[in-house]
Amino acid sequence: MPQQISDDAARTTAPRPASPAAAPGAGADAPVGPTKIAVRDVSVFYGDKQALFEVSLDIPDKAVTAFIGPSGCGKSTFLRCINRMNDTIPGARVAGEVRIDGEDVNVRTVDPVLLRQRVGMVFQKPNPFPKSIFENVAYGPKIHGLASSKAELEGIVETSLKRAGLWREVADRLQAPGTSLSGGQQQRLVIARAIAVNPEVILMDEPCSALDPIATARIEELIDELREQYCIVIVTHSMAQAARVSQRTAFFHMGKVVEMGSTEDIFTNPGDPRTLDYITGRFG
Amino acid sequence: MTDAVQTLAARSAAERRLKRRYAAERRFRLFGVLAIAAALGFLALLLGRIVEQGHTAFVNHVVEVELYLDPARIDPAYPAGANYDQLIAEQMLARLGVEDDPATARSAAMRQLMSPGFGFQAMARVREDPSLIGQRIVLRAPIGDDADLYFKGDISREEPAATRRLSDEQLLWLDELKARGEVQRRFNTQLFTNSDSTQPELAGVLGAVIGSALMLMVTALLAIPLGVGAAVYLEEFAPRNRLTGLIEVNINNLAAVPSIVYGLLGLAVFINWMHLPRSSPLVGGLVLALMSLPTVIIATRSALKAVPPSIREAALAMGASRTQSVLHHVLPLALPGVMTGAILALAHALGETAPLLLIGMVSFVPGIPDGITAPSGALPVLVYIWENAAERAFHERTAAAILVLLAFMIVMNAAAIMLRRHFERRW
Amino acid sequence: MKTHTVTAYGEELDQLTAEVTRMGGLAEAQVADAIESVARRDIALARSVVERDLKLDEMQREIERKAIRLIALRQPVASDLRRTVSAMKLASDLERTGDLAKNIAKRGLSLAEGEPMAPLTRSIERMGKLVAARLKDVLDAYTGADLDRAMSVWTNDDDIDEHYNSLFRELLTYMMGDPRTIAACTHLLFMAKNLERIGDHATNIAEVVHYELTGEEVVGDRPRWTPTPPDTAQSPQ
Repeated sequence: MPQQISDDAARTTAPRPASPAAAPGAGADAPVGPTKIAVRDVSVFYGDKQALFEVSLDIPDKAVTAFIGPSGCGKSTFLRCINRMNDTIPGARVAGEVRIDGEDVNVRTVDPVLLRQRVGMVFQKPNPFPKSIFENVAYGPKIHGLASSKAELEGIVETSLKRAGLWREVADRLQAPGTSLSGGQQQRLVIARAIAVNPEVILMDEPCSALDPIATARIEELIDELREQYCIVIVTHSMAQAARVSQRTAFFHMGKVVEMGSTEDIFTNPGDPRTLDYITGRFG
Repeated sequence: MTDAVQTLAARSAAERRLKRRYAAERRFRLFGVLAIAAALGFLALLLGRIVEQGHTAFVNHVVEVELYLDPARIDPAYPAGANYDQLIAEQMLARLGVEDDPATARSAAMRQLMSPGFGFQAMARVREDPSLIGQRIVLRAPIGDDADLYFKGDISREEPAATRRLSDEQLLWLDELKARGEVQRRFNTQLFTNSDSTQPELAGVLGAVIGSALMLMVTALLAIPLGVGAAVYLEEFAPRNRLTGLIEVNINNLAAVPSIVYGLLGLAVFINWMHLPRSSPLVGGLVLALMSLPTVIIATRSALKAVPPSIREAALAMGASRTQSVLHHVLPLALPGVMTGAILALAHALGETAPLLLIGMVSFVPGIPDGITAPSGALPVLVYIWENAAERAFHERTAAAILVLLAFMIVMNAAAIMLRRHFERRW
Repeated sequence: MKTHTVTAYGEELDQLTAEVTRMGGLAEAQVADAIESVARRDIALARSVVERDLKLDEMQREIERKAIRLIALRQPVASDLRRTVSAMKLASDLERTGDLAKNIAKRGLSLAEGEPMAPLTRSIERMGKLVAARLKDVLDAYTGADLDRAMSVWTNDDDIDEHYNSLFRELLTYMMGDPRTIAACTHLLFMAKNLERIGDHATNIAEVVHYELTGEEVVGDRPRWTPTPPDTAQSPQ
């Protein structure tokens, strides 16, 4: 019997290989650390209005987690729960557990002032203090007593500015007011200010929405560098930015987390139809 | 075809509307300019009148008189007992070659022309050095107030003699003195170096200026820390509830309370109940501090409100406590507004008269106050007193005092502007 | 499914799909016409198939261009991205299908010069019709986003392979029986091969449709016709 000549073997599609072992620093494929922040059943009330409904999720260390969602969905509110900035709003009440390294910080016994040294925040509109660049970065270490001498303080300022990628541009004018810098530089100054106190977590609330594309790209590069050392949580309106910069993405809608997963999965094949509708622009 | 016609019609209608709009805008600008012109006009009128009335007070006429200290009239053991004025008058008459009449009416008339300042000077010199008795000394002082007015042209021969303050004879003597060149026209330093006096030619604002300054110091030391502290607490720390709302309404109302009510309060509480010294800068300062407090609180609150919340958020997010955020960041930024408010409140307090009248500053206070508990005068009260005085020479001096008060206020406002500009640069 | 908020985006995607469908229709027609031209020895039809292939090439280029433009300008994600990429892959498969049909037609032209070989051409015709039906099925599944239909095409790939193998044996027998038929039979052999490859392309298309609709690759090997295992009862033991 003549052999069946089957040249189909060459055309067999091999089964799809599993995700390659991530090269370090390879964007969405980058490895993430263990869970840094574990949130359980967090609800936020502004007076009678409830803004978050029993949100639970885990945020890994040494990685960037992005929160996306339409306006008013609660992502910024949730971000502010992590460093208890909601405490500063009169009438706001936060229920639930927010555990950082296993320890619940949403209790009276934890001092928000100390918490905010561990968890830094960068806001949407760059808000450097109207003092000199040096004073801006030195303020945090000063009030937390992190430097025992002037030389040490100067060292901390220099390191922070270098890490934020701003040192070369301002080294010769540290006494100039912080507000004399451009928008992108101001935002990097604010980031330097935040890392000067050696935080563990950095929260960013739409850090690039007030910046032009070049400044945005530099901040995104900075975030990618900082990711190796800190746990970064970023709220963003731009899905493209979330896709570029994060390893984990959570989609918020109407005060709840609809879906959370690796950024690659969310943007290639999300599980929930609402997530799909949002990222493909079918929302509203 | 009709489209073109319609567009043309539409365009000309639009042009007409535009013309009307420009005309309305021009009218509006004109109203604005007219309003400003009217305001400036009134200001010019007021200031003009005051300057017109007061500028003459800045010069006076000074006479040098040689006095022979007649040992027959002066007792070395009791120099104050001698009637130096009479002595001076007699010798002046003698020099003019006029005989004194037996009723000594002429010397009395001459005395009227010369200021008691001469006599005071003579007495002071003799007391200091009794060995001068029997010698001749030279006295130099302003001439009497009526004589001064005559030389300034305020009293003239055209007035009927009955209503004139100086008789024809006196006028002759004055003319003679002038002709001899013994009368010199000088800048009126007495106005600035003397304190209040019943004699216009010797009256000055110094006592009142120092009194006002002491009062303002007390006011500033009380009102500014209390006001700023209260405003900071109310704005940054106090919870927003009905109680704080009530407090805010009350503070705003207190700012509008007539100042005389504060005077009554001062009288009742500080003087009658706490028995603090009447007419002292301490009480005056306390009353004015109470009056300025609402203004300082309101100005500070507005300055604090003007600091953008992003600064507070940034500070809090860095791990600063609320107090640190306010003291290190918010207050320094609000400083220009706070200082402006404080200085303006003080400038306002400087000019307040009614409450001071009630706490007794209307009394005549010679000399310069030596402390905040000593009886003192105040500039606005001085103006009031001088205005009510009988002597005509006080008329021009009142206007001069007003000018001094205005100058004081301008200096304070200028200081406010300068300080605000200096601190504003930091932004 | 909801429409895109920016309707132009949705329309562009729909246009892309429609163009792929049109190209599919043309490819189907090419295959059908090529088979018919062989069966009826229709020279004119065969020539027109050869000419029309240029159109298919042009359509593929156009679809690729549109897809790249969509990716650059719209940055599609998830289902939209899969749809765009699938359109590109399908265009490529359909263009190759068209080339194979063109080859069949060309060989048909050569065959028409010789003697008719009815039984063999009938076998080719049978196989061709099967392949054409399979292609139509899978393209309908694409147009209708019908996952089950696509998967049934995918699993039933083996009967085309059966046809090919039996045709192969038949042709060998013919060639061994009458060496004068070798030339013609070789053409027919190549045609059979081409048809079998068109069948493979149809299966490829089925896999692409599956990926587009589910976001996952088809798991497992494609079913292959395997020879029946030797009869164990006959082995000595």
